[in-house]
Formats: sequence, structure tokens, C-alpha cells
Amino acid sequence: MQTKEQITLNKFSLQFILFALVALIIGNLFGILAGFQYIIPDFLKDLLPFTKIRPFHDSTVISWIILAATGSIYYAISNLEGLTIYSTKLTKLHFYLFLIIGVIIYISIGSGYMGGREYVAFIPILIVPILLGWALFGVNYFKTVLKQVKNWPVYYWMWGTGIVFMIFHLAEAHFWFSPYFRENFVRDLTVQWKSYGSFVGSWNQLVYGLSIYIMAKIKNDDNVGRGKLAFFFYFLGLSNLMFGWAHHTYIIPMQAWIRYAAYGISMTEWIILGYMIYDWRKSLSIEKKESNSLAYKFLIATDFWVFINLLLALLISIPIINFFSHGTHITVAHSMGTTIGINTMILFASLFYIASRIDNTIDIKQTKLIKAFYLFNGSLAVFFGALIAAGLKRSEWMYFSKNVPFGEMKISLANNYFVFLSSGIVMFIGILLLSIPLFKTFLKSYIKTVMST
Amino acid sequence: MKLTKLENKHRNRVIISVLVFTFIIYNYFVYSIGTENTGPNLSAKALKGQTLWQENNCWTCHQLYGLGGYLGPDLTNITSNPLKGENYIKGFINSGVKSMPKYNFSETEKEELIAFLKAVDQTGYFPSYNADLQPNGWVQLDYKNNDSLKKLPNN
Repeated sequence: MQTKEQITLNKFSLQFILFALVALIIGNLFGILAGFQYIIPDFLKDLLPFTKIRPFHDSTVISWIILAATGSIYYAISNLEGLTIYSTKLTKLHFYLFLIIGVIIYISIGSGYMGGREYVAFIPILIVPILLGWALFGVNYFKTVLKQVKNWPVYYWMWGTGIVFMIFHLAEAHFWFSPYFRENFVRDLTVQWKSYGSFVGSWNQLVYGLSIYIMAKIKNDDNVGRGKLAFFFYFLGLSNLMFGWAHHTYIIPMQAWIRYAAYGISMTEWIILGYMIYDWRKSLSIEKKESNSLAYKFLIATDFWVFINLLLALLISIPIINFFSHGTHITVAHSMGTTIGINTMILFASLFYIASRIDNTIDIKQTKLIKAFYLFNGSLAVFFGALIAAGLKRSEWMYFSKNVPFGEMKISLANNYFVFLSSGIVMFIGILLLSIPLFKTFLKSYIKTVMST
Repeated sequence: MKLTKLENKHRNRVIISVLVFTFIIYNYFVYSIGTENTGPNLSAKALKGQTLWQENNCWTCHQLYGLGGYLGPDLTNITSNPLKGENYIKGFINSGVKSMPKYNFSETEKEELIAFLKAVDQTGYFPSYNADLQPNGWVQLDYKNNDSLKKLPNN
């Protein structure tokens, strides 16, 4: 029997998840429209120029990650773990604040009244209520778990870390308000990209924490989140969040020791990669009872994408490789690969796990869902490959074909852009086929929860 | 057993504290001597140009130091490029191209935008064609204007 607080929290968790799924679909749609402008430059140019489509796309897909992770965490701590939330009022305030901010961001981008920077293009002052929303989440989270959970498993540490560092790095992305940063272009650009690298690291703490939580639940083994190894990887990830961001800024003329530190820290991720290969080999012979679950299938896919993206991240952290890959589509492959291949894959695992607890027919027996799973992963592989190929061509143009004009190089990339767009469209279909059944399940549960109150 | 749990709890707190302390010190140096300017600070005019750069979302298509969108070219060194320069930039802003919209900047605004791009140009090179690629995988960047950085052995 659930308490009134738990029912209210369920309602808001589901609201976060429902809006997250809507953001995923709309964000992808903007991505496709942006892709068309790479092939047909005049496409929707007057109605929705690239200067608006890209901020729409960035803001909406980031919202998908944040809302899905937040909804899943609220749902996990209250519904699955049975904890009593510190304050349902704070959750309500958190949700409505983010909803209002979302509407204002859309108005800001749609009207062209922005003034922010990459990934945070909206009216800069909006960062104040955004930080307030994260602070509300933080207070609610820590007040809930500090009181009721002893000897925290690693995922509680990760969620807490993610919230705290998200607040710091989102604020850091706006240090340019101060003339001390803004007047010095080298400092300003370095700190801007430091914050981007680290706030992605911060939401990764939320999302990776969810993946460990689901693994522990599927295996019904609490040790998954409590072992020394889990904590070792947590601290390694945290060190990378704090000090390993500089591979985006190697080329900025800052002091060499920042590059040395980032290079050294990034290379520790070889340990993760090495362990993954070892663990994968070890688990090959083990028959998995859990393989019937769609959540498990998404976690296995995540393993593959973590391997691919970690390898790419490690390679582009080596200065001599970074020198040639920086400023090319290889960087886009790195960011798309991690946000789609890792973040979205884990969030689908999380949502399918929660959905299967609501409706046990959402499982691997639904062949449509399995087809959609393969469509999504297959098209992502082609999409990723097209970006790497485009990046290699652009790098070749930058360093070895100095007399070829930019426009000519762009025309030579037309085939890559075509493959990139086509695979993006197929990926969108896959995402739709996965998201719609999830949306219906969560909506039914939401209506049921509302009716019961 | 209880002692082990207690030890684990303390161990986690100690590691977190050490990491956070190091992070604070590290940030202090990143925000100060680690990012000393390699060009002159942005003037009031260049700062207005930077505001225009942000308000018109130039970064969605263009890059500075390879950071930004890929629909248009990198503009780090466009003002010092002998084949391009100020008039070329003004011409582009006035007319637009296929995927680039026409902007209605006043002459003053165009000057401000150019002041910003000039300030950026003075800080360094991208691509850094004269960088020294070393066999151990390190890259010694080619710096502009900053003798103290040039003297450092591994820059």
C-alpha cells in the first residue's frame, strides 16, 4: 500500500518521464531538419534557419536526457526503493519550474531573442531559475536519502555527485558574465569548454548511476552497487569529470600543464576499457536468465557503445591525434556517440525497466520492439560511421589541401551528409517505434495514478 | 564486519574530500595563470562584437579554434588571412550565402564584429600549421605574441 506522498511522487516522476519522451521525439525531428540543411542549404531557411534549428535541437535533446534521468531517479527512490520523499512540494516546484523554463526557452529560440552560447543558447538570465531547479532537486534528494539509507551503494553516490556537479558546471558555463573571464578570450573559451565537458560528465553520473541500479535490480544482486570495483570505477569517473575535460581545448593557447593533466587523467580510462574486454570475455560462457528483459538488451547494447565511444574518446585525447581530429566531424561523432549510444541507450533501459514493472507485457516477446531495437542500433552505427568518414575528409582538407576552398570541400562531403541524414531518419523511426509504446504505458499509469488521488 | 563498513564509509569520504580539495586548487590555477591571455584583452568595441556574435548565433555554423558548428568555416584567423580580411567579412555579412542568412548590421555593428574577430585572431592560430608534432605523441603548439609561453619547453 503506497502512502499519499508516494502516489504524488509517482505522478510527478511519470510527468518527468512523459515530457522526456516528447522531448526525445521533437529533438530528433529538429535534428533531421538540421540534417536537411546540410544537403539543401535553402531548406526552410527563411522559416527556420540553422541558427534556430540547432539551438532547438540541442536544448530539446539535452532536456530528454535530464528529464528522463530525473524522472527515473524520483521513481526509483520512491516507488522501487520505497523511501519517503523529503518533500513532494519541492518535487512539484522542481517540475513546474523546469516546465516553465522549457516554454520560455522555446519562446526565446523561436523569437530569435537569445544571446547565450553553444548548448545554452537561451536568454542567459534563465540560468538562475535553472540552477534553482537543480538546487531543489538536490535538497530533496539529499534530505531523502541521507535520512533513510545507510551505507550508500555506489549509485546513490553517483546521483548525488551528478546533481552537485551539474549545479557547479552549469554556473561555470556562465562565468563569462564576469569581465575577468570575458575580457580574456583564451580564459573565456577554455572555461566555457571546460564547463561543457564537465556538465556532460555530471549528467553521465546520473545516467551511469541508473545503469548500475538497473543491473543490480535485474540481477537481484545488491553487491553490484556495493563492491570495491564499483567504487573504484566511480572515483575514476569522478576524476575524469573533474580533470579530464581538456581534450576539447588542446588547441587553445593555454598553458601546457592543463593539457598534460588532461592527457594523463584521460589515459586512466584505458583501465575501464581493459576491464570491459576482460569482463565481456568472462561473461561469454554464462547463460543469462535476464536476457528476456528489454532493459537488459539495452544494457548489453550500451556495453558495445561504451566500448566504441571510449576507444574514440581515448584516441582523441592523444594530442597528436587530437591535433588532426579537432574541429572536424569526428568530434561530432564523439558527442553524438555518447549522447545517443550511451546516454539514450541507458535511459531506454531505465524506462523499459520501469515500464515492465507497470505492464509486464512490455518485454522481449514483442517482436515490433525487438525490430525497433535493431533498427535504432543499426542506423546509429551507420550514422556514427558517416560522421567519422566526414571528419577524416575534413581533416585531410584542413591539413593537406590548403588551396581547396571551403565550399568545394563541403560539396565533396555531400555523400557523407546524405548517408548521415538517411541513417538519422531511420534512427528517428526506430526511436518512434520504441518511444510510442513506452509513452502509452506511462500515460495509462499516469491517468490511473491521477484517478486514484 | 561493522568495522569494515565504517572503514569503507570513511574511505569514501576521505577520497571524495581529497578529490574535491585538489579540484578547487586545480580550478584556481586554470582560472588564473593557466589561461593567461596570449593576445590583448577584448576592448569595449570587441566585447560588443562578441555580444553580436552570441545574439546572432554565429557559433551555430562557424567555429573559433575549431569549436562551434560545421556548416560554415572556422573564423579564428580570418582577419589576418591575406585573401580575406575586413572587406571580405563585411561583404559576406551584407549579402549572405546559400545557407547563411543576410544580416542587417549597421556599419558600427560590422566594425564591432570585426574588432571581436581581430582580437580572437591575435590570440593564436587555428589550424596551427607550424606546430611541432613530436614522435612521443605530444604537440608543441605555435604561439602568437606571447614570449613567456614560447619559452616554455613543452608548449
